[in-house]
Amino acid sequence: MMSEAETETPYQHPLMKAYWAQIDTHFKPVEDVFEDVMAEALVILTRDGLNAYLEAARVIGKLGRGAEPMLAFMEEWPSAAAVLGEEALAEIMAVVMRMQKSPNSRAITPFLQTLAPVARRLHSQELMRDYLDITLNFMERTTGSIHGHHTTFPSPGLPDFFVQAPFLLAQLSLVGLKNWVEYGIRNYRSHPERQRDYFTVQSADSRAVLQRERHGTLFMDVERKLDLYLHGLWQTSEQLVPYSTAFDDLRKPVPYYDKLGLRIPDVYDDAGEGFHRVAGIDRYRATLAHMVGHQRWTKPLIADNWSPFQRMAVEFFEDCRIDTLLIREYPGLKRIFLSLHPKPAEAACDPETTSCLRHRMAMLSRALLDPNHGYRDANLLSFVERFHDLLAGGESNTRDIATLALSYVTKTRRQSDQYAKVHFADTEVDYRDDNRQMWVFIEDSDDEEMFEKEKKRTPSEEQKGLPPRHYPEWDYKSLTYRPDWVSLYEVLHPKGNPTDIDRLLEKHSALAKRLKRILDLLKPQDKVRIRYQEEGSELDLDIAIRSLIDFKAGAQPDPRINMSHRTDGRDIAVMLLLDLSESLNEKALGSDQTILELSQEAVTLLAWAVEQLGDAFAIAGFHSNTRHDVRYLHIKGYGERWDDDPKARLAAIEAAYSTRMGAAMRHAGHYLGARQADKKLLLILTDGQPADIDVPDERTLIEDARRAVTELDRAGIFSYCINLDPKADEYVADIFGNQYTVVDNIERLPEKLPELFLALTK
Amino acid sequence: MTQKDQYKVHKEPFYQAQGNEVALFEAAYRNRLPVMVKGPTGCGKSRFVEYMAWKLGKPLITVACNEDMTASDLVGRYLLDASGTRWLDGPLTTAARMGAICYLDEIVEARQDTTVVIHPLTDHRRVLPLDKKGELIEAHPDFQLVISYNPGYQSLMKDLKQSTKQRFTGFDFDYPEAALEAIILAKETGLDEAASAQLVKIAQIARNLKGHGLDEGISTRLLVYAAALIKDGVSAQDACRMALVRPITDDADIRETLDHAIDATFA
Ligand SMILES: Nc1ncnc2c1ncn2[C@@H]1O[C@H](COP(=O)(O)OP(=O)(O)OP(=O)(O)O)[C@@H](O)[C@H]1O
Ligand SMILES: [Mg+2]
Repeated sequence: MMSEAETETPYQHPLMKAYWAQIDTHFKPVEDVFEDVMAEALVILTRDGLNAYLEAARVIGKLGRGAEPMLAFMEEWPSAAAVLGEEALAEIMAVVMRMQKSPNSRAITPFLQTLAPVARRLHSQELMRDYLDITLNFMERTTGSIHGHHTTFPSPGLPDFFVQAPFLLAQLSLVGLKNWVEYGIRNYRSHPERQRDYFTVQSADSRAVLQRERHGTLFMDVERKLDLYLHGLWQTSEQLVPYSTAFDDLRKPVPYYDKLGLRIPDVYDDAGEGFHRVAGIDRYRATLAHMVGHQRWTKPLIADNWSPFQRMAVEFFEDCRIDTLLIREYPGLKRIFLSLHPKPAEAACDPETTSCLRHRMAMLSRALLDPNHGYRDANLLSFVERFHDLLAGGESNTRDIATLALSYVTKTRRQSDQYAKVHFADTEVDYRDDNRQMWVFIEDSDDEEMFEKEKKRTPSEEQKGLPPRHYPEWDYKSLTYRPDWVSLYEVLHPKGNPTDIDRLLEKHSALAKRLKRILDLLKPQDKVRIRYQEEGSELDLDIAIRSLIDFKAGAQPDPRINMSHRTDGRDIAVMLLLDLSESLNEKALGSDQTILELSQEAVTLLAWAVEQLGDAFAIAGFHSNTRHDVRYLHIKGYGERWDDDPKARLAAIEAAYSTRMGAAMRHAGHYLGARQADKKLLLILTDGQPADIDVPDERTLIEDARRAVTELDRAGIFSYCINLDPKADEYVADIFGNQYTVVDNIERLPEKLPELFLALTK
Repeated sequence: MTQKDQYKVHKEPFYQAQGNEVALFEAAYRNRLPVMVKGPTGCGKSRFVEYMAWKLGKPLITVACNEDMTASDLVGRYLLDASGTRWLDGPLTTAARMGAICYLDEIVEARQDTTVVIHPLTDHRRVLPLDKKGELIEAHPDFQLVISYNPGYQSLMKDLKQSTKQRFTGFDFDYPEAALEAIILAKETGLDEAASAQLVKIAQIARNLKGHGLDEGISTRLLVYAAALIKDGVSAQDACRMALVRPITDDADIRETLDHAIDATFA
């Protein structure tokens, strides 16, 4: 370990050097992105978390699965940790090791690759744990079962499942996911082919089951509404943490709250019928309101001296006090509460054979909220009255309500309350939490929650220059996005000599002169006439004559007889995206200049022309070396003039690597989208089709680029491709529809490009 | 009726004071200090100025500013008529001559070159040059300048120049606290106080959401509209949706939350 730390590393900074030594690897792809992923990790993780991260990366790097899983982990974990908390790492690694020890090590990479989007959907460590349970169960039941042997064959569907997981979780609650997986395992355990069809969401029944399981109101779809609800109606901003109801078959989990936030189910179906129908969103609201009510009005009691029965009674009474106060605040809650509250029949429980305490309490609870309860029991009626008396004067408090509850227990006590057989039916009030906050225990109070780990927040907006941005990629085969598939790094393009660019302009001075004429033609149209001016640069004859007639006729003439002009800036924002992939180093057909050199000249002229017009204009280049490393090279920003800095960057452009066009377009679109302009134009200058070395199927990136064009179009951005590839006709229309030009004679590009731009924006 | 009478506020406007602003305004007026009233839209700025004009017994000339307004719109211009040209005073000039309170509402809306014409009126000179007419008027001793503006709209493009701001004394207005706002609604429209209080509650929910997708909360003015509708027999729910929610947002999540708040409040 120690000696390996001395491997020669390219890192100057002693800390970086130490981090690099810690992961103990020679993988080139990891090295390429190391500094960038570390930049992100350092923002998100605590010091302990960082150590654990590097250690886990080291372990994954030694699994013998190449660079891919290590790379995936290093890219995904920091953003996953930001939502889950970094303590979740141990469980993730346990799963990785389980896969490694089984024949399923091939599934490690897709598992890690989808970690961040899955974490974002799940939102909590608890749900992540449930997700891991589903996957382990899946793995165990589908591994090596083909011949009934020991675990010798990998699970056919597991890797596909991981790839689909973010998509599935966007539609299903965890119960839904569990059921969907269960169906696939049950039916295709021993059919590797069909199992894969099912878990890639290809087969008809796979889709049908997906449809069936998609129901209810998912927390993640209403999260913002719930935040607004808490903010607006209750003026709190609690963290909301969803849990799944899928995993405790014996005891249904119940909402609760603690220092980390309000815990609520990840899905609520609509409940009730007719007038009593309550939509899923309103069930969420009722549950949140009840917990907020406790936070406002409940003062915890010391529990040690009370029996479980007594505590139960106190909880029922206190819950009703809270609900009553909530209804005072918002009377509309009453219908929702009562629709969700059970209405036990008075004779449903037989006290001779069964413990009826819960039943009595549930009836009382109903009666405390519902004046039309219809119960006859004299004790019940008298305590309802006492309850209302207590609350008539104000809010009352937990202590007084507890006293009332205790006397109710005493008054109604029965021998049978002690029986083992308890009447449960119709006694659970589903919008109420488990009341764990109502009690403090003096004995054995090891307050673990007091020592919750501090967690750094997600990086703020202004830091985003450094860490990678993740973009999805379109998978045309499954018609879904692969979330966060591509890591894009934006960097300032290195600088060369700006006078090189000035020289290029001189070289084309004849062309520049010709362009200037076109530019001048474009300009005057920008002038807008403003009429009805009292003072202006010209007399507006129409109005002046009308005024004169009014005047002669003895009417009050309009004095605003002048007009003036205003230059109404063409409101266009343009982004020029340059393909800087390896192939641009080739000589253009029939020319002794490379395509890169010609592109540089063309961009020089275009930039000059646009500067004349004053349009908002930015230039960037891009190339890629697998999806883990798309480079977006900043050449000129909207805020920069066309002066020495951007010129120096353009002077230094070089061509290398491949062409992952979709990601670069999405990133360019991100900037264009932020512009305030009537028209937004994305020009892409390329010499070939989108491609990258990690994508064997050449349609994939073409389809992804086409998808990017559609996305941009929806965002009001017009994409246009200038293609220098003589064979472009085979694919360019697929991507850009009819928004493209193929320039056959590349030598004429320097004049073509500005002309094209002018034609497009005329 | 004299011209001056025409601008007088004859009937006492209903104004519910929020603090000691009435006394402070009177002090500013005694010293003829220019006043700036800041606050969100519809919180009672105009009503306050109107009330003060009534209380002080001075005429009030109000100008709603807009971006097309030129200096001539304030100062005055030459008109043509049968006998040649004739000068017509603008509202600012009229106010300065007769000794009125001149209220420039939403002054930030006006272009900055327009705003500067008020400068000489706001310092010790208290004069107004009419460049085109070649006349310099001295403001009547009763004249006072009041401007209003909504700091919520502030942007790079729309802010008062420091040199303008620094000529005024200032009042910070905001929506009144709940009980007071309910009283205002009740007195202004005759709606009962319970329903008024419920309306205020909805407004406060919306104000809590400011910054979470709402730029401005629900104003007192909109509450007055809602109260008037309810008073006229419209159901509370419909009145709220129509007067309080629909005008302020198109954000579906916020609408739904406010709609829920309305149902929860007026069960
Ligand atoms: N303190 C108050 N006393 C009486 N009525 C009030 C008060 N505050 C607000 N109002 C009511 O609110 C309405 C709107 O107030 P006003 O027109 O003064 O708002 P503003 O602040 O001038 O708004 P803007 O900035 O949009 O011009 C008034 O017509 C009145 O009905
Ligand atoms: Mg006003």
